[in-house]
Amino acid sequence: MSAYVTKSPWVVHYDGSSCNGCDIEVLACLMPMYDVERFGIINCGNPKHADVFLVTGSVNEQNKDVIKQIYDQMPEPKVVVAVGICACSGGVFKDCYNVLGGVDQVIPVDAYVPGCAARPEAIIDAVVKGLDVLQAKRDAMVGAVEAPAAAPAPAAPASPETAAKTETPAVPPIFTMAEIKVNALDHLKK
Amino acid sequence: MGKRTIMPFGPQHPVLPEPIHLDLVLEDETVVDVIPSIGYIHRGLEKLCETKDYNQMVYVIERICGICSFGHGWGACASMEGAMGVTIPERAEYLRTILHELSRVHSHLLWLGLMADAFGFESLFNHCWRVRESVLDLFEKNTGGRVIFSICKPGGMRKDISNENLKEMVDVLNGLKAEIKTITDVFVEDASVKNRMTGVGVLTKEEAIELCAVGPTVRGSGVVQDIRLTGNHGVYHLLDFEPVVEEAGDCMARTKVRIREVFQAIELIEKAVSQIPDGPVDCKVPKTVDGEFAIRLEQPRGEGFYYAKGAGTKFLKRMRVRTPTNINIPALVKALKGADLADVPILVLTIDPCISCTER
Repeated sequence: MSAYVTKSPWVVHYDGSSCNGCDIEVLACLMPMYDVERFGIINCGNPKHADVFLVTGSVNEQNKDVIKQIYDQMPEPKVVVAVGICACSGGVFKDCYNVLGGVDQVIPVDAYVPGCAARPEAIIDAVVKGLDVLQAKRDAMVGAVEAPAAAPAPAAPASPETAAKTETPAVPPIFTMAEIKVNALDHLKK
Repeated sequence: MGKRTIMPFGPQHPVLPEPIHLDLVLEDETVVDVIPSIGYIHRGLEKLCETKDYNQMVYVIERICGICSFGHGWGACASMEGAMGVTIPERAEYLRTILHELSRVHSHLLWLGLMADAFGFESLFNHCWRVRESVLDLFEKNTGGRVIFSICKPGGMRKDISNENLKEMVDVLNGLKAEIKTITDVFVEDASVKNRMTGVGVLTKEEAIELCAVGPTVRGSGVVQDIRLTGNHGVYHLLDFEPVVEEAGDCMARTKVRIREVFQAIELIEKAVSQIPDGPVDCKVPKTVDGEFAIRLEQPRGEGFYYAKGAGTKFLKRMRVRTPTNINIPALVKALKGADLADVPILVLTIDPCISCTER
């Protein structure tokens, strides 16, 4: 992780089919004792605002669509942390008839937290590790945007601002959100 | 009359730590009907228990719910001990009672925090959970776990808690009393909290009885029902206490019941610690379970029912658990009808829903 957390990662939490043990430990992380808010981590209810998805509990037939939907609603880049042994593999409930297994059966998982129930320290550790992944994903996205912009003859209808920036290569390319969107769309078209 | 609209509530919702889905039928801003649907956390625990031997089974049953896990472990052990015809040592009964009441303190503080979150009082939420951490520290010191302890086993307790540790537990809890008082006074006296909760979601005594509500939900409606006094578990009959009852039947009454139960639980722990006899904490149990037995015990959320049936092997033929939230859902639906849309989160939390218990 970089020397400090550059962005405030917001988390959204969903209880797959856990026993509540990990859920209350996730909430305990946000409380004064562990206080992850000092890192800028805030629990938000809306997946569209979130960077980190904390899933507790295993996946079953009824909730796999819910988990998929929440994951799809989150904007890129995003990180999924599987909290607790049930979310990792199914845990003690692995042999239950209604349990499909860990969360990675449905969505890609970036960090796993073992434990029953997972301790708050472990959850915080996983989220902090997840931030590295988040940064890497962010870099990859920016890199993907930079690559077509740095190409000598951009076939895409580059906006005047980007054209101006390519003329002065000494200045590191800084993109506005609008430009990133335009460039990302171009990249997708290619 | 306005046009009817159906608004989905959950399974993923900011106030819900657990998934439950409600279809709210609205007329303007008023809820006229509610269709609850559950099944997001169903795992099939009772079936799993049939494939585990009775010692392993306790670990599975404890994981029905992470908040009242001690009660579930106790219920499972006690029902099997009954089926085996084993009487456990008195010290073990006392220890179970003490840990169960400590669970009640932690569970009610947790609920008070979530309730504060539901009406948007973030700092109160944080304070409730800050105090709760001290209770969790006691658990961790004495049992080894913060939320799931696995300290119950068929035949008694897995480990003893020394008298010094019990005394320290009482000291810590007595020290917390003043802090809890400061926090809970806000629930009872703060004008904005009063406005949100007084007169909201009224459940009359008749309705509560008719809908078979249990626990603080029914005691908030003026019904004297406490399984600790009528059930066949623990040493509650030696502790001499009165159930906490409030008459109003609204959200505030249910909150007051839980607040008073926190203090009552601390008193019960103190009483039990002063009476606890020395001696062993476990006894020998048969290698197989035969016969059947049922036990009821008062969970933080209400009556839990545990039924074990053995088949003469070390595997149980049937383990049945009936949990309080499941029973309280009809009462919730009744309380929601006629409520404002803005009050729905408070009303959903007012029965202290534990969906993991409900669906198992």
